Amino acid sequence: MLRTRPYSFLNLVRHAFGGHRAWAPAWRHPEPKPSYDVVIIGGGGHGLATAYYLAKLHGIRNVAVVEKGWIGGGNTGRNTTIVRSNYLLGGNAHFYEHSLKLWEGLSEDLNFNVMFSQRGVINLAHSSSQMDAFARRGNAMRLNGIDAELLDTDQVAERVPLLECSPNARFPVAGGLLQPRGGTARHDAVAWGFARGADRLGVDILQNCEVHGIEVQGGRVVALETSRGRIGAGRVGLAVAGNSGRVAAMAGLKLPIESHVLQAFVTEPVKPLIDTVVTFGAAHCYISQTDKGEVLLGGDLDGYNSYAQRGNLPVISEVAGMAVSMFPALSRLRVMRSWGGVMDMTMDGSPIISPTPVEGLFLNGGWCYGGFKATPGSGWVFAHTIANARPHRLNAALSYDRFATGRALDEGGKGPTPGYH
Amino acid sequence: MLLIRCPWCGERAQTEFRYVGDAWRARPDDLEQAGEPAWFDHVYLRDNPRGAHREYWQHVGGCRQFVKVVRDTATHEITGTYAPHEEPNA
Repeated sequence: MLRTRPYSFLNLVRHAFGGHRAWAPAWRHPEPKPSYDVVIIGGGGHGLATAYYLAKLHGIRNVAVVEKGWIGGGNTGRNTTIVRSNYLLGGNAHFYEHSLKLWEGLSEDLNFNVMFSQRGVINLAHSSSQMDAFARRGNAMRLNGIDAELLDTDQVAERVPLLECSPNARFPVAGGLLQPRGGTARHDAVAWGFARGADRLGVDILQNCEVHGIEVQGGRVVALETSRGRIGAGRVGLAVAGNSGRVAAMAGLKLPIESHVLQAFVTEPVKPLIDTVVTFGAAHCYISQTDKGEVLLGGDLDGYNSYAQRGNLPVISEVAGMAVSMFPALSRLRVMRSWGGVMDMTMDGSPIISPTPVEGLFLNGGWCYGGFKATPGSGWVFAHTIANARPHRLNAALSYDRFATGRALDEGGKGPTPGYH
Repeated sequence: MLLIRCPWCGERAQTEFRYVGDAWRARPDDLEQAGEPAWFDHVYLRDNPRGAHREYWQHVGGCRQFVKVVRDTATHEITGTYAPHEEPNA
């Protein structure tokens, strides 16, 4: 195993004197071994985090992460980078707060700057009843030990000077719910940080390695058929969001999931305009500004099944309209780039982190459009679930069989219509 | 913009329609006979293919009929639209 030097100011200076020619690769490109104790299918943030925590916390290092493309090239590289734990239901609140606490120590733990910026997340309210609903959620958060502040119009306006807070706004701002510890992180950095961390602990990261089949014998997973050959596996963890249904089908499982496209956009980069994350309360739109200066926008799903990683114009036009109604100054900016991800939309809008009916096969999917903030927490509980062959307290409710047993976790109360969650 | 040919109204923009979902699902005929696994499969499980997908869109901005659409979920190309009772060509 190649030992890489830690990243530090001292090493930066050392390398500068050497013309920066001696930096070691951040992770190896090994040939696949004939078998591993654990194979994680999916080299995104969740899969890489799982491998890292398996090695770091459970001493399980004979692990491979197989990724059909390049690591972080799926939804991890396509989201709007928001990190928060402002959930109402207890089951969700505790999980996301655990993840947020991991975010707070992550750069230090990984020796890799994931650029976690706790710039706050403000959910705007546009009516007194919405303020009541936000007070309820804020109180639920505080009762769960999570930070929340209810802001009035003036307090919102003071924090977000560019926001249209006058009574003339299309949807006047009545106030908002702030989570001060929420914010953003650099999505690519999270994948790379976990990859480097896992690699340093002995995990093999196998890119351009697509799984074509899952060999099951006597109800137990034994190996994977991949584009780089057959790989034996004691346990297999699926973390392939978007493609969960397709990969699970290789083991004979049919999932309560529809794959949908979610788009996101960035404007041309400009000087700092918005130094927090703002979400619209009258419809679904969220805005922040990247450290490169681009204003990052996201909204609703396009609304139809898709694996295309792109959507089309109606959503772009809706999101632009909402963004301009919130921040009229944005009307001057050009949209520079648009793209999409493949969302695992479940029947209740909540994820699945669970053993499956196939022994040795574990599923981590169904993240809908909320997976990025969960990256460290998801990897942490999935590693526990795989290592112990049963869920941790934090993901016990996120079970594969909850739909059959009547224990759906439906935050929005929308029923078994995936596209509505 | 997806253009969907409603069999009654002609070719219209996707914004005139509401996406309903998987059209392969068939509601079990006999409530009692079907049994829980069949009901569970019908309500909660989906094939969710990458490729040709049969789905319903409802023309809420027009005739309000349900249109059976065959669309590729990887390219978004629509290869045919049909009335709900029609069987798509192979």
